[in-house]
Amino acid sequence: MIVDANPSIARRGFSDRVLRRGPLEALATTIIAAGVVMLMQPFSLTLYSWSFATTLFGTVMFTIVSKVRE
Amino acid sequence: MIPVPGSVHAMNELSASSRITYRAVRVRPGVARRIRGLSDKTLAWLFITPTIVLLLAINIFPLLWTIYLSFTNYRANRANVPTIWLGADWYQSILTDPDIWAAMQVTAHFVIWTVVIETVLGFGLAYLIDKKFRGHGLWTTIILLPMMLSPAVVGNFWTFLYQPQIGLFNYVVAFFSGRDASSFQMLGDVTLSPWAIVIVDAWMWTPYVMLICLAGLRSIPDYIFEAAEVDRASKWRQFWSITLPMALPFIMLAVLFRGIENFKMFDMVNLLTGGGPGSTTEVASITLKRAAFESWRTGYSSAFAIILFVTVFGLANIYVKALNKVKSR
Repeated sequence: MIVDANPSIARRGFSDRVLRRGPLEALATTIIAAGVVMLMQPFSLTLYSWSFATTLFGTVMFTIVSKVRE
Repeated sequence: MIPVPGSVHAMNELSASSRITYRAVRVRPGVARRIRGLSDKTLAWLFITPTIVLLLAINIFPLLWTIYLSFTNYRANRANVPTIWLGADWYQSILTDPDIWAAMQVTAHFVIWTVVIETVLGFGLAYLIDKKFRGHGLWTTIILLPMMLSPAVVGNFWTFLYQPQIGLFNYVVAFFSGRDASSFQMLGDVTLSPWAIVIVDAWMWTPYVMLICLAGLRSIPDYIFEAAEVDRASKWRQFWSITLPMALPFIMLAVLFRGIENFKMFDMVNLLTGGGPGSTTEVASITLKRAAFESWRTGYSSAFAIILFVTVFGLANIYVKALNKVKSR
């Protein structure tokens, strides 16, 4: 018979580890920062064109994930 | 005066007070019963409703109206012309326009250099002020003076300081470089004017960064440095291993705040150069003003304003996150 040495600690799956506020907020923050950099960089007009969509996506994501459980 | 029981004065006092009570009892029951009938939640709503209405009228309605206008061909100077729904045409136009892209690069130059200079100088000044030398209070007040001035005042007197013939700035540069004072124009030269606005902003807002950094430095407990002294850590090591990492969240806060503020910068640049010469100092907000109030392209400028708003809102989210990090320390 196999006895679990520490049965009170539940094993955390991938979704439990990743779908938390901290990592999701960090991801949203990175997307916003990338959008702002794309808006003001002098190298590519294509990147500039996509900057607003990127910033908007990051901002909406940040607003949503800030309501996710800790 | 305390009435003596049984005296005429006491009787008068009592009758007066009883009359007041009687009136209060006669007038108040209706109101009292009505207020007593309201729940705490209803009362709370009753108190905050005027604020919410005001907020909706001043903040939310103009925002929603601007979003609506950004999808139309509306012009404020031709309000009677029927409005046509254009969809995302203005957004597409702005986000593929090389001139607006150039304005964004001018903004980037302004934001990056001001933030770098203000952070380095602000932290340096905070580090010196934190040493509490003799007269540090007076020096703190003197350093903080530029921050207390209005941007309109700063813009005006720096315009005089930058005058090639009578300006003090040109004379100081001429004194140290040996060049003729009237041989260069800070505000009229294509190469120098972007730096002219950077210098003025750095002069004005470095004290603000210094204040935030000073708060960060003062929040570091002394016992950490005492422990480092016991371990014979050098001052250099203490700075890199204790001072800088512990003040970093505050520095981040200052960087974000100044970044957001300078991204929106309008008044000072408008007073100093008005976006010129040519469009070398035309930051995004000046382009926006020109589109809105010189070309009267209200729909177009609304779309541009929304793009800038989303950017600032996104940066503000990062700012709030950094602020919470500082608070949790």
